[in-house]
Amino acid sequence: MNAPSPVAVFAGIARDAGKLALWVPLCLFVAMAILGGVLYDGLLAPQVFANLLIDNAFLLIVAVGLTFVILAGGIDLSVGAVIALSTVLQAALIQRHGWHPLAAIGLVLILGTSLGACMGVLIQRFALQPFVVTLAGMFLARGVATLISVDSIGIDNPLMVAVANVRIPLPAGASLSMGALVALAAVAVGIVLGGFTKFGRAVYAIGGNPQSASLMGLPVASTVIRVYALSGFCSALAGVVYALYMLSGYSQHALGLELDAIAAVVIGGTLLTGGRGHVAGTLCGVLILGLIQTVIAFDGRLSSWWTRIAIGLLLLVFCLLQRLLVRRAPGQVEGG
Amino acid sequence: MAPASTSVVAQPWLRRCASQPLFWPLLTLVLLLLGNGVFNPGFLALHWRDGHLYGNLVDIGNRASPLILVSLGMTLVIAVRGLDISVGAVLALAATVAAWTLSQVQAGNAGSSLWPLALGIVAALVVAALCGLWNGLLVVKIGMQPIVATLILMVAGRGVAQLISSGQIITIYYAPYSFLGNGFLLGLPFPLYVVAAVFLGLHLLLRRSALGLFVGAIGHNPVAAKVAGVRAGAIILATYVFCGFSAGVAGVLVSANVNSADANNAGQLFELDAILAVSLGGTLLNGGRFSLAGSLIGAVILQTMTSTIYAVGWPPQLNLVVKAVLVFLVMLLQSAEFRGQVRAWLSRTGKQA
Repeated sequence: MNAPSPVAVFAGIARDAGKLALWVPLCLFVAMAILGGVLYDGLLAPQVFANLLIDNAFLLIVAVGLTFVILAGGIDLSVGAVIALSTVLQAALIQRHGWHPLAAIGLVLILGTSLGACMGVLIQRFALQPFVVTLAGMFLARGVATLISVDSIGIDNPLMVAVANVRIPLPAGASLSMGALVALAAVAVGIVLGGFTKFGRAVYAIGGNPQSASLMGLPVASTVIRVYALSGFCSALAGVVYALYMLSGYSQHALGLELDAIAAVVIGGTLLTGGRGHVAGTLCGVLILGLIQTVIAFDGRLSSWWTRIAIGLLLLVFCLLQRLLVRRAPGQVEGG
Repeated sequence: MAPASTSVVAQPWLRRCASQPLFWPLLTLVLLLLGNGVFNPGFLALHWRDGHLYGNLVDIGNRASPLILVSLGMTLVIAVRGLDISVGAVLALAATVAAWTLSQVQAGNAGSSLWPLALGIVAALVVAALCGLWNGLLVVKIGMQPIVATLILMVAGRGVAQLISSGQIITIYYAPYSFLGNGFLLGLPFPLYVVAAVFLGLHLLLRRSALGLFVGAIGHNPVAAKVAGVRAGAIILATYVFCGFSAGVAGVLVSANVNSADANNAGQLFELDAILAVSLGGTLLNGGRFSLAGSLIGAVILQTMTSTIYAVGWPPQLNLVVKAVLVFLVMLLQSAEFRGQVRAWLSRTGKQA
């Protein structure tokens, strides 16, 4: 069963190819920030960048989980709905049933992880399309969330409010929220998990080619299920952060967030066919999306829908770039 | 024929029925309608009033029309192993283009002539077909995965629509356009005729020519189809164009029905409903086997479910959960692995008994 050398070689190749894709989003982010700083006064203030993390903490957490799913060649459309369900469940348990916030958060995390694992089992065991399974998961999560409460539930639990108001001071007068810290921790864990563990190597190998991964003796079935469970956990964690950020639980929270998350992962240089990419790239992707919104807000003349058009154009450019990369790399099996 | 007990005769007959591709979707629809009729006798009633046919059945058909149209387009795309998740955005874009064109034309022309109507419809349909062409080119020429290729338009489409409408909901004050969504022709709602025309046209095109065969062949095995001389690229491109076009027609109907175009919310989650309707109708999501009539029935089933939930008085939020359960069931039934495991389990318990 021990096959370290071919696995390491495979993962090494996958990571080397991913590195080029990692530099592109990083350079784009820096270039956009510099250009924005030249065009708009005050865009380069440290707090603006801290706010990028604070306002996109939930997106970042979700995108980290989604990166693993996409690296393994799958997709998870249920992330936005699971966030909504998590916020509603937390708010309902804390406000209406008097649960301790930590107990509610624990239950939410367990539920999210199990929902993800269940979808993983369906996808792996019955060879169902991830797209459709997670689509049904999305319907289910949103439906259950609306069944729990149609209206938004405000959270005024003292502990939650206190945690939401914590600001961790940074040098240069900036500060971060707890949610942003959790998001940064998620990125750090994601980088370690993807780059330095057996699990991460198996994910890259499965995304590259499931048949050869299985022939290599990698635990394909359990890895796929774990990947979806991880994404479910990340979504639930993002839901906890979202509830802190908004101090409310609402079934219509995070509508369409799955699109933003997929866009962030793709712009971060992860191939949607699987097998190539990096969690650090996803961080850049999320920051780029956040920066687009910030620039549009700074400008004041551009309307909010330009965000969508800009993200669509970026997606197009990155997908075209990826096609070029894939075509140049020999031996890559296309499609799935 | 040799004398046989009725059960032996009945079984092959039943089995032959059950193996018909349309059997399960039709059975679902009939059971849904019958269940409604039993618990709510007024549900199936039809009235003739003021020269119009009224009743829940007509209403279901009318409300299902946009979804049926989109599902027809989606069926063809899925049949050639594709997927179009931009249909909701294209629908919103087409609705906005139609409303914007009408508002521009009417500003200079207050008459009640019909040419603004034609201009609005043509503009919407051309834009929608161009969207489909864009998707198709990305898939066929660039070689992107269908989900990725159509994701771009899904993200950007509503942005473009909002750009056209300046973020406003455009209201349409123009009776002929309103007729498209609310009018009656020979006693039946006008959208039903649109659906019938598109469905029949498509059916004839696919079944009276070799096109249907080609579409199925590409879905079953793209490489083999290409080797056999099928112009796979052109046909796949055409399915995406048609899918965009049908989303455009649906957009015209939706905006005509409410006399306005909402770039942000029109056709929200339509792509998911359409995929659900297509899979309910028995089309394989992996391509190859497809059924236009099945997708039509699938879309009607979805609308019937929504109407049922309203008629019974259950909270409308239940709709999403019911849909989710349905998708899981249909997927499992379509999965060869699942059927194999159930069969193995059945034969094991059978042997033990």
